[in-house]
Amino acid sequence: MANYSTNEFKGGLKIMMDGEPCSILENEMVKPGKGQAFNRVRIRKLISGKVLEKTFKSGDSVEGADVMDTDLAYLYTDGEFWHFMNNDTFEQIAADEKALGEAGKWLVENDVCTITLWNGSPIVVTPPNFVELEITETDPGLKGDTAGTGGKPATLSTGAVVRVPLFVQIGEVIKVDTRSGEYVGRVK
Amino acid sequence: MSVNLWAPSASIATLKQRAHIMHTIRHFFYQRAVMEVETPSLSQASVTDVHLASFSTSFVGPGHAKGLPLYLQTSPEFAMKRLLAADSGAIFQICKAFRNEEAGKHHNPEFTMLEWYRPGFDEFALMDEMNALIKLVLQVPDAERVSYQQAFINALGVDPLTASVEQLQALACEQGFADIAQHEPDKDTLLQLLFCMKVEPTIGQQVPCFVYHFPASQAALAQICAHDERVAGRFELYYKNMELANGFNELTNANEQAQRFNQDNAYREQHGLAQVPMDKRLIQALEHGLPACAGVALGIDRLIMLATNKQQIKDVIAFDIHRA
Repeated sequence: MANYSTNEFKGGLKIMMDGEPCSILENEMVKPGKGQAFNRVRIRKLISGKVLEKTFKSGDSVEGADVMDTDLAYLYTDGEFWHFMNNDTFEQIAADEKALGEAGKWLVENDVCTITLWNGSPIVVTPPNFVELEITETDPGLKGDTAGTGGKPATLSTGAVVRVPLFVQIGEVIKVDTRSGEYVGRVK
Repeated sequence: MSVNLWAPSASIATLKQRAHIMHTIRHFFYQRAVMEVETPSLSQASVTDVHLASFSTSFVGPGHAKGLPLYLQTSPEFAMKRLLAADSGAIFQICKAFRNEEAGKHHNPEFTMLEWYRPGFDEFALMDEMNALIKLVLQVPDAERVSYQQAFINALGVDPLTASVEQLQALACEQGFADIAQHEPDKDTLLQLLFCMKVEPTIGQQVPCFVYHFPASQAALAQICAHDERVAGRFELYYKNMELANGFNELTNANEQAQRFNQDNAYREQHGLAQVPMDKRLIQALEHGLPACAGVALGIDRLIMLATNKQQIKDVIAFDIHRA
């Protein structure tokens, strides 16, 4: 893998840090008028998700990380692995629970997810920004209440629990924003 | 996100404020009988400072069919000192300065500099005058003053003048810079790292702050102090996490100046950096006689950022490098 000098640093660049692939979030040059320049860099560790700040001497270089994002359709889980397929090549990839993380509760068959691969192995699964899921359990609530004051919890077919307005009932399909875990609307 | 790159990076309202500040600055110096001058942006020599990178180009024309190498100036210092040696008296200049390899929130490779020189002043008298200018432009109280040594001790509990390289390495590792510090043999690099990252955030937060008596090893073009050879007559002004200005009680000794230029070039050779031709005309001017004086360079764009409460340099210049 190539090395990157601090001049090549920019948001989204993938580098190795402490043996873990990382993504650069922000890169700022700090340079006194007379003296050595430094780069203060905010980095997200891709496996642990931790965000940290690192300082480099300008001109230094770091090892790049062989990280790529690929869009794959979710197929099924065998309980140990979650299987995804490339819809063009039909190639399949299995992600373990660690890579899956929180994404598990948003997986809908055939939905296309972004799988982040490091040296060819999945390390992060990112569900689509919006998913549509059926409500399997929620309190009936009061008829005619459309104000949605506070709402109520509803359990979805994948096991995820989201707050929904009082008028939404069991059996209805709703749209959810997976980034915030918030109810967006009913799907007719 | 698409950005209209034809359009200015600063708002027209900010540019109006900028124009007003430029007028205020010029008026300040005209009132004090400091003469405005203009010196070349392109010069046959440039700064040897190992941490500054000059842009270079070539003049092709009458007398120079094969091209005359020229450098865009990183500051107008050398030419202004030649004017002082020719008995110009007090002078100021507002001009573009050019520094390669610098871009970011507080840096644009082409920026506007205010530089002025006062024969007969030492660095403390010049700080007084600068304080008056800053108060006028930023509407702030008097600036604080602290020596480099005291600022460093206040923030980190270590004396920068007596600490060994090993002590500074250990301190930097403690402060979370182990990657850089553990193999860094250069004391000034360690000092600059700690000063930038840990001392600067502790000074000049409420009111502007002058830091004076920088270590002699970071004297640049300042005189070494007679009372303590460990420090130089160099000062900086900081305000709200911004380095605003760098000033010197100017070195007037031609031999010592030539020696420092040669040292820079020797360091450049060791570290694989390009050699920069020494400005022999500056050395000749010093041999002719530079009056005892103090001088300072102030980044006008940063001053305007503070005056207009903007976070990025591109917010106060018409077109930043990405739109240039």
